[in-house]
Amino acid sequence: MHMKAFAAALAGLGLAASAANAEMSGGSVKIGVLTDLSGTYSDYAGSGSVWSAKKAIEDYAKINPKLKVELVSADHQNKADIGANTARQWFDQDGVDMIADLTSSAVALAVINIAKEKNKVALISGAASSDISGKACTPNSVHWTHDTWALANGTGSAVVKTGGDSWFFLTSDYAFGQALERDTAAVVTKSGGKVLGAARHPLSTQDFSSFLLQAQASKAKVIGLANAGADTTNAIKQAAEFGIVAGGQSMAGLLVVVSDIHALSLKVAQGLILTEAWYWDMSDSNRAFADAYAAGNNGRRPNSIQAGVYSQVTHYLRAVDALQSDADGAATVAKMKELPTDDPLFGKGSIRADGRKIHDLYLFEVKKPEESKGPWDYYKKRATIPAAEAWRPLAEGACPLVAAK
Amino acid sequence: MFELLGVTPQALFGQLLLGVINGSFYALLSLGLAVIFGMLNVINFAHGAQYMMGAFVAWMCLNYLGIPFWPALIVVPLVVGASGLLIEKLFLSRLYHVDHLYGLLLTFGLALIIEGLFRHQYGVSGLPYPNPLPGGTNLGFMFLPWYRAFAVVFSLAVCLGTWYAIERTKLGSYLRAATERPELVQAFGINVPRMLSLTYAFGVALAGLAGVLAAPIYSVTPLMGSSLIIVVFAVVVIGGMGSIMGSILTGFGLGLVEGLTKVFYPQASNVVIFVIMVIVLLARPQGLFGTPK
Repeated sequence: MHMKAFAAALAGLGLAASAANAEMSGGSVKIGVLTDLSGTYSDYAGSGSVWSAKKAIEDYAKINPKLKVELVSADHQNKADIGANTARQWFDQDGVDMIADLTSSAVALAVINIAKEKNKVALISGAASSDISGKACTPNSVHWTHDTWALANGTGSAVVKTGGDSWFFLTSDYAFGQALERDTAAVVTKSGGKVLGAARHPLSTQDFSSFLLQAQASKAKVIGLANAGADTTNAIKQAAEFGIVAGGQSMAGLLVVVSDIHALSLKVAQGLILTEAWYWDMSDSNRAFADAYAAGNNGRRPNSIQAGVYSQVTHYLRAVDALQSDADGAATVAKMKELPTDDPLFGKGSIRADGRKIHDLYLFEVKKPEESKGPWDYYKKRATIPAAEAWRPLAEGACPLVAAK
Repeated sequence: MFELLGVTPQALFGQLLLGVINGSFYALLSLGLAVIFGMLNVINFAHGAQYMMGAFVAWMCLNYLGIPFWPALIVVPLVVGASGLLIEKLFLSRLYHVDHLYGLLLTFGLALIIEGLFRHQYGVSGLPYPNPLPGGTNLGFMFLPWYRAFAVVFSLAVCLGTWYAIERTKLGSYLRAATERPELVQAFGINVPRMLSLTYAFGVALAGLAGVLAAPIYSVTPLMGSSLIIVVFAVVVIGGMGSIMGSILTGFGLGLVEGLTKVFYPQASNVVIFVIMVIVLLARPQGLFGTPK
């Protein structure tokens, strides 16, 4: 009897609290940005992703000032075990409801399973393995900005169409690089090209000369870079030195973002064809975001991954706000899939049953030095890949959530 | 024979030549470490960070002061060496009388701080540095960029010059004497503390020089040193801590071994040096060229 009264009193208190701030676990929505803050991918996502999450929270506060949101961030050092430990601690002890960014596929694949186990939410922007919305998909995760299938499809088919029909890959030897190589090889073969070989290198390689020599010896017309971040820029820089492009072979960067071009300089990167989901100089709202970003990040411009973090945090907050609860991760993701996405950076879009966020992608060509107006003016748009064609068809991903239907 | 092993002579010679090129960087870096350890008994863990500083100072010279690569080859080691002088005066000189471990911890901490500062300021994705010697020549089995050829010759010359200065000149003999019997050498009227400071600065300048040489080849990033330093330490251990010639020969030798591994079993290429280190430590703990203490 006493217990019952006590419980009723507690429930009453809970109601009183919810009038002020809904049913948020721990009294507020808590978001964790788990990313590489110190290593190979820290410019590619890193503190820029943390900044973007913060900006999304600030902007959402203008829409609904009552929703209380907290932000934490941590460095996973590109190690799956460190990422998994942080995620467990965040979910179990620190009351984190959602983890954003998750750059590095090895970390992302580990964390989405933990989010599922604990019924929390994992939103992926930086990691690219298409398995995240494929055979490893979960009801608690959404893959946001890009994936290896879409990048391979965009860049791969564009390059094969312009005559690049024999390929050799330089592949970063872990989950992401292997997925990117696999997906690109499939596109190349399907479009009538052939794959002559691949050289696998460890993450964060300094010297690519021996791999480049193998690529050169393969006589492939195209050298596909199935890697990212500093690995890609080092490979392109050294390819120029070894006269690979001058010798008639061309380079295809399969995951290149605008910060990589900044590191390479236009002189080295000019003419490179790449697929990216977002570019800062495409619309007024993008430019406004980029200006604010530059003011907070040493004058750098954001790339698609950082913009993706903004977009995913915004949509998550909208879903939580609609539910008036953040307690059930799977229910939150279901709500996110139900609501159409709409934000100033990615515009209107949707999330598929397999947790794949759907939006247009763009095929860009890197400008020549004389075409550029200055730092960060790097891309010419070659084509828009409409959302309907950009992503792997739902049925081909082998996602158990889709098969169950 | 080559066909039997499934390897074309082109690939073999190409990888061997690349091995020599990488070896020249190993040699230059391990030489600096060997000089510092041999003369000062300090295990300089900041060496990777100082190598990175060399590349960054070269980049700053070009972008802020307009100093191109060739003068930078002289200016940068002086600047980086001067920073070494400061570190020696402020910190290291207080640690000579205690265990090696303290020097190691101090320099490791300094390395983390230096890297952190650069990372904060410049990010990690790297800065572009133009190649001062573009182009190259086709050797039949591979395309040799002029710049890499220059780097090998230049680093070999610096290595041999250093060896000569320490092992064959009067100044070198003072230095070696000062390491073994500092009191006695001091009694002859030689300023031993200053000599040690300059030696440390010289070792650091060598790291800075390697950094300038690396700038046109690798991305100039705050992390470029930390990925190299562990390999370089392995080179020093294999060569024999403190042995000057040992570190030069081992640097080039291990570059070759690594190149060969890339031909025959690429997956092992980034561990082969450590496997050799384990074998050497088991069979000859003082290193290939070291003398037992």
